This record gives sequence, structure tokens and C-alpha cells, in this order.
Amino acid sequence: MQLRQLAVCAIVFFTAGLAVSSFAGFREFIPGLLQGAWVTIQITVGGSLLAVVMALIGAMAKMYGLGPIRWLAVAYIEIFRGTSALVQLFWLFFVLPHFGVVLDPMTVAIAALGLNVGAYGAEVVRGAVNSVPRGQWEASVALNMPRALALRRIILPQAFVAMIPPWGNLFIELLKATALVSLITISDLTFKAQQMNQITFRTVEIFTIVLVMYLAISIVITVGTRTLETIAARGIARGR
Amino acid sequence: MFWDWSYVWEIMPALLRASLVTIQATVLGFILAAVLGLVLAIMRMSKTNWISIPTAGFVEFIRSTPVLIQIFFIYFVFPEFGVVLPAMVAGVIALGLHYGSYCSEVYRAGLENIPSGQWEASIALNLSPYITFRDIIIPQAIPPVVPALGNYLVALFKETPLLSAIAVLELMQTAKILGSESFRYVEPITIVGAFFLVMSLVAAALIRRVEAYLNRTLRNPGGAR
Repeated sequence: MQLRQLAVCAIVFFTAGLAVSSFAGFREFIPGLLQGAWVTIQITVGGSLLAVVMALIGAMAKMYGLGPIRWLAVAYIEIFRGTSALVQLFWLFFVLPHFGVVLDPMTVAIAALGLNVGAYGAEVVRGAVNSVPRGQWEASVALNMPRALALRRIILPQAFVAMIPPWGNLFIELLKATALVSLITISDLTFKAQQMNQITFRTVEIFTIVLVMYLAISIVITVGTRTLETIAARGIARGR
Repeated sequence: MFWDWSYVWEIMPALLRASLVTIQATVLGFILAAVLGLVLAIMRMSKTNWISIPTAGFVEFIRSTPVLIQIFFIYFVFPEFGVVLPAMVAGVIALGLHYGSYCSEVYRAGLENIPSGQWEASIALNLSPYITFRDIIIPQAIPPVVPALGNYLVALFKETPLLSAIAVLELMQTAKILGSESFRYVEPITIVGAFFLVMSLVAAALIRRVEAYLNRTLRNPGGAR
């Protein structure tokens, strides 16, 4: 694990160094790219929050919902997992206005990516809840806890620990998917890169730096989820 | 009127032709990914550090950057070095590379599950490393990971609309062109969405069947009841 991180860091610094040293006008386009990176970060954070909320609602509705609510949740999960993120993005961007719903591109971006990743997240939440030993439910029943209370106080906190690593992966997936929003005219990192590329024609440097920027953000996410994992695992009994 | 069936029938032939391009890109991309993934997995498991560490770094790098940028990188940056690729080829290479690094992790899991006794027995039988790999290790390592590979095939299929960004005339690009010609985006984009949904549901069902079949045969080699 450490070996892997070391390798990644080495490659990052090598490519960053290469890009900086090979391009004298580096300072000219770095502010623009940083602006783009800031938009990318905003969409990633907004999308992640929406994804977590949708995943919790989706998973709960699929597991404990009655008839129509459960079907709705299943339909949501299957549709958003079964079609591609770009198609969803375009659908919300081009088709919704025909139904009289006009959203600004930023909202569309956050909604599409949040809903997409939320559908995958719902399955993660479901898996994590199912991985909590049955005895926990039985003990809650024995203690005369209502189901909802047992779910909230006993089951979800334990499931939470199990779902952090897959959520880390999903957040990185979401970060990578934010590159798509450049195609609906949002000036994120990818959009800025193309714009700069058309002005300066320094293709090699720009795209290399952009790749490294994405890598840096995803390393931050990885480190963040690892930390959260250690914090959350504290006080949880290991073994059974 | 939100939905116009006569327009749907009018654009259907164009979309069906485009879906062939999508499927072509999926198949070619996945063949590349499957081969490249195995090579990367073997290189990453190498005992020699100067092979395994750069490979690990490469795989992690590819896995944590957006595939769209990788497509742009191959399409726009390679020509700077004199390698001019048609859009379709660049797209297939980018998708193959991206999913190849995902597949390499799947293969690695399969390869690491082979008990070391298999290697030791092959050495005892004086089999060369190549023969051991080809005839002993691979046949045991690949079948259990086929379902996981299948999931990546579906994921790759769902990424093919990204090729529209470099103007490959696949499904999404065709839908966009049709939409911009008639100012009706509802039908083309909805049809594309439905196409992907149906195809991935069918693929998911197929993967489940393959998984069930493999579970039966792997637990019961030779198929004896």
C-alpha cells in the first residue's frame, strides 16, 4: 500500500517537474486552470453531498419501502446505473427544458452526477446494511426497540464503518465524471484546458498539468477517506 | 406534443447505424483492455522493483484521472509527437487503456488467489515459467474473475458516449447532430438512454448467468454430477 502511494507521488512530481521545466509561460495559464479546478471541486463536493443523500434514501426505500415506493427506488437505481452518465447529463440539459424545467448548467451538473453516483451508492449502502450481523437486529428486538430506532441507532452506525471505503471509490468516480460537465458548457478544469489549448497550443503541458491536478484532487479524497475510516473504526469491536 | 413517433421512426435508421459504431468501439476497447490488463497485472506482480513500481504508479495514475482527459490527451497530445490517430482509434485506445488498468486489478486478484503450491509443483515438474503460466496458472486464475471483467465490459460500454467529445460518430454524437438539425432533443437523447438501459440490463442478466454457470463448473470440475 505504501509502495503504491510512493510510486504515485514519484510520478506526480516527475511529470509536474517536467511540465514546469519544459514550459516557460507556465504562469500565464495556471490562474485559469486553478479557476477551473475550483469549479471542479465545487461540483465534486455538491455532487457528493447529493449522492450520499440519494443513496441513503434510495437504499432505505428499496429495502424497507412499501410497494410503489420500493418500485420507484428500484427504477431510480436501475435507470441511473444502467445508462451512461453523459446521456443522463445531456438528458437533463437538453430534454428537461422541453418540459418547461429550465435549470442553470451548474445545477444540472450537480444533479446529474449526484443522482448517477447516488444510484451506485444506494447499492453500497444496501450491502453495508446487510453486512451488519443479524444478531444486532435480534438484540434490538429483544430490547423492545422499534425498527426505525434500531436502524438509526444500532444498524446504520455499524454499516457506516463498512461503507466508507467503497464511498471513497465512488467519490473518486464522481470527481472523474465531473470532466463530462465541460460538454454542457461549464468552465470546469477540462473546459479551461481545452480553452487554453485553443489559445496557446501548448497541448502537451496543459493536458499533463490537468491530469496531475485531477490526480492531486483524487489523492486528497483518498487520504480523506482513509482518515475517516480510521476515525470511524475507533470504538467498533473487531471480530464478533 | 412532447413525443413525436413519426420523428422517432425517421431518426431510427441513423441511430441504429450509429449503435453499430458504439458496439464496435466497445468490443475493440474491451479486447484491448482485457489483453493490456493481463500484461499490466503480470508486470505489477513482478519480483523486480523497477518493473512493478512504475507499473503500479501507472495503473494508479490512469485509475484516478478522468477518462475524458485521457481521450483528449491521446487525441490532441500524441500528434505533437508525430503520432496522428483517427478519432475512433484514439478513443478506443483511451478506453482500452483506462479499463485495462481496472482489469489489471481484477486479474491480480485472480492470480493472487492461486495457491503457491501450484507454482512449487510446476517447478518440481520442471515446467518452464512460461508453460506454468500458460497451462497451469492462467486456466485457474481467469474463470473466477470473468464476472468482474463482465462488469467492466458494461462500464466501458457506458463510457463510449464520451467518444462524442472527439467527434466519433457514435450513438451520442449522432443523437446530438439529429437534435441540432431538427431542434428536437427529446426523442434522440431519450432513445439513446433507453438503448443503453436495455443493453446494460441484458448484459447484467448475461453476467449473472455466466456467474452461476462458473460457480457450478468451478466447484465441480469436469462437470460430473
